[in-house]
Amino acid sequence: MQTALADFIRETPRGREADAILRKCVHCGLCTATCPTYRLLGNELDSPRGRIYLIKRMLEGAAVGAATQLHLDRCLGCRACESTCPSGVEYGRLLESGKIVAEQNAPQRGAKERALRRLILAVVPHEKRFAFLLRIAQKLAPVLPHRLRAKIPHQRAVPAWPAPRHRRRMVMLRGCVQPAAAPAIDAAAAQLLDEHGVSLLGAGGCCGGVALHLPAAKKGLALARKAIDACWPPVEQGAEAVVVSASGCAVTVKEYAHLLRDDPAYAEKARVVSSLARDLSEVAAALNIIPAIAPRNLRVAFHSPCTLQHGQKITGVVERLLEDAGYTVAATPNHHLCCGSAGTYSLLQPGLSRQLLKNKLHDLHSAAPDLIATANIGCLLHLQSRTATPVRHWVELL
Amino acid sequence: MKNKKLRLLKKLRRILPAEAVLGDEERLRPYECDALSAYRRLPMIAVLPDNVEQVRAVLQLCARERTPVVARGAGTGLSGGALPRTDGVLLVMAKFNRILAVDEHNRTATVQPGVTNLAISEAVAHLGLFYAPDPSSQLACTIGGNVAENSGGVHCLKYGLTVHNIMEVKAVTMDGAVLTLGGRALDAPGFDLAALITGSEGLLGVIVEVTVKLLPRPDTARVLLAAFDRVEKAGDGVAAVIGAGIIPAGLEMMDNPAIRATEEFTGAGYPVEAEAILLCEVDGMAEEVAAQMETVEEMLRQAGAVHIRAARDERERALFWSGRKGAFPAVGRISPDYYCIDGTIPRRELGRVLRRIKELSAEFNLRVANVFHAGDGNLHPLILYDANVPGELERTEQLAAAILGHCVEVGGTITGEHGVGVEKINQMCTQFNARELAQMHAVKSAFDPEGLLNPGKAVPTLARCAEFGAMHVHHGKVAFPELERF
Repeated sequence: MQTALADFIRETPRGREADAILRKCVHCGLCTATCPTYRLLGNELDSPRGRIYLIKRMLEGAAVGAATQLHLDRCLGCRACESTCPSGVEYGRLLESGKIVAEQNAPQRGAKERALRRLILAVVPHEKRFAFLLRIAQKLAPVLPHRLRAKIPHQRAVPAWPAPRHRRRMVMLRGCVQPAAAPAIDAAAAQLLDEHGVSLLGAGGCCGGVALHLPAAKKGLALARKAIDACWPPVEQGAEAVVVSASGCAVTVKEYAHLLRDDPAYAEKARVVSSLARDLSEVAAALNIIPAIAPRNLRVAFHSPCTLQHGQKITGVVERLLEDAGYTVAATPNHHLCCGSAGTYSLLQPGLSRQLLKNKLHDLHSAAPDLIATANIGCLLHLQSRTATPVRHWVELL
Repeated sequence: MKNKKLRLLKKLRRILPAEAVLGDEERLRPYECDALSAYRRLPMIAVLPDNVEQVRAVLQLCARERTPVVARGAGTGLSGGALPRTDGVLLVMAKFNRILAVDEHNRTATVQPGVTNLAISEAVAHLGLFYAPDPSSQLACTIGGNVAENSGGVHCLKYGLTVHNIMEVKAVTMDGAVLTLGGRALDAPGFDLAALITGSEGLLGVIVEVTVKLLPRPDTARVLLAAFDRVEKAGDGVAAVIGAGIIPAGLEMMDNPAIRATEEFTGAGYPVEAEAILLCEVDGMAEEVAAQMETVEEMLRQAGAVHIRAARDERERALFWSGRKGAFPAVGRISPDYYCIDGTIPRRELGRVLRRIKELSAEFNLRVANVFHAGDGNLHPLILYDANVPGELERTEQLAAAILGHCVEVGGTITGEHGVGVEKINQMCTQFNARELAQMHAVKSAFDPEGLLNPGKAVPTLARCAEFGAMHVHHGKVAFPELERF
């Protein structure tokens, strides 16, 4: 597409990157077909191609109104469009830039919206604050209205985290929400790796993803640096990989090299951490787990998170792991569509999020599964809030 | 003009919910073009109705206000058929996305116009049926747009174009009348008006419902890929296969630049060193397919194929096709912009025309990648250009005109399946004489006497042709002017 970026951005790194991405787009519209919001709303402005156009318009210097921000906010950031795009348009990166520029130039959001965003930023990325509030909510659950109660995860038994005993070591970035909301997941991962000759060391901290997508770039990058610092000692001592069990965080850690490329103090560390970053499924697939001899007689519907299939382009890996473990993995329709969780989307765009959740559960239940498996904490909590079928991280099933 | 816009907005908001009426520049900008982004015009207003009553009311209002209306589906068209008017309303039909009924016994599906082409086949796959026409954009393009443009696709060589695969069309005219054209039976007395509205490019009515024919999915489909070291040899291969009496389900050709671009995206295993590849698909009963595959392979080897490979399984077959289907946008990887041409030629002229395109490409100093439906002689040369370089689009348009002129010269046409739109409107003057064009205008005014539906598209005014003719006379006259075209 023809572009004529405005002076304020043309010669900046952000502007150069955006221009290169925009020039790749040929405006064919294939992306509209797999966009969850376009499928619901039928408005070009709620499609990737329409948003690219809004961003282009903004970067070309046109005045930014509330409409641009609204339609960018409605984007899930699921990147299904990137999987569909034959021209290789890096929509996710363009969107991040677009959101930041819109944040600077669009009229201020309403007071309620701003308060909600501030609250999210003040709680979610801080695991202690989140854990504290979650414990209170779990205590109050019996007296809360049904709709709120459904959102609060139950406490489940947590397997023991094995003490380090192997020479092979990996470090796991544990994230912000998961240690409090579903501590069993990482413990199960540590056990699985331990059984296969790898000791997993936990490192605390939020990856920064929630803040980065909001977009609160400064805070997001600060959290990313902290996460790098947390992983650094084990990395220096020869950890083979930085493992992440939530695909949403894994995709962010893999982006560190790009996000911090202009930070002299962290660029190199970020490059190393990103190059070592592995989604748990990649690590598990390389463990040569011995397949189960007898089938388990359990049907699993696997919801592949967008951050796994579109963000990290990992497809079929978890399904194979589950099948090897003796489960029957049922095929479900609209496999490529987002469940509506999308980080903080379920809080910020509750209407659209609920609709997507309803559709996703309908598709998953069409296979009559005994269990639903997924690979990201956000999707897990979101799906479980509206179904009685148990929803688990796949590693808990191995 | 401004007052008119405000008045219209007010009245439209009585017909439609507030968020379905777009009137400010910010929201309208993304609607300024379809997939032919070289041509852009900001619509005065865009509306997104979701039921037929709203469509009728919008059209009646616009008729009263003498405001032009342009209908749009998914905006994937390549001829600018949905290019808005600055003084008009853009009628976006994307919310009409429901499949209304599937009649398994009559093998038909009745769908709303905003349903995507592929969604129809997906919805009936469990019955062993499919909808045959398959434009490369089938994932995203809508059936309403397919009918309006009479779209083709890879499999149209065997199964026909859109016009051969629809039974009934419901359309709303500018005065709000709902017409039912065609019927549920294969023939009906009177004029075949369903065929007339197919390919009418939104000039006659707004399509609000389509009943399509469904076909049983063939037992077996196999595809083979043949590589050639010269484009002309591939052309000979096409002629040989068709000459042997085989009707492949698809017979597609790509030249080297197109092969390289798509291979990077799909990893389909296309040989990037080849000057041309042919993809030939045969479908039917397993025995029939096996026999035909042998013949095809023999024919292509004789034509000089240096390398032939058959897809081993269904997965590889899908992979072979994924390259071809994503070929246009994949060109976005080797060039910032492309301009797609849609001429047809008699198959025997393939080699000659490709040579001529090569010469013209050198003459205009613009790269051309060729991707096309070789089996039915439908060319899709993609001219690669950079819209950010001043003058390059103009040069591209001149090259396109020269290529299309050559298509007509050898006995072909200026469009095979993408429609005329705004893109090829001048070339219509080369294709048809004044009396023929006058008849087309007479058909238009029978449906739309005020000329408010998608004006300025598909059929040029005689004045426009006179102007275009005066401009282009020195480019060399059409050969054999005494011959009737078509």
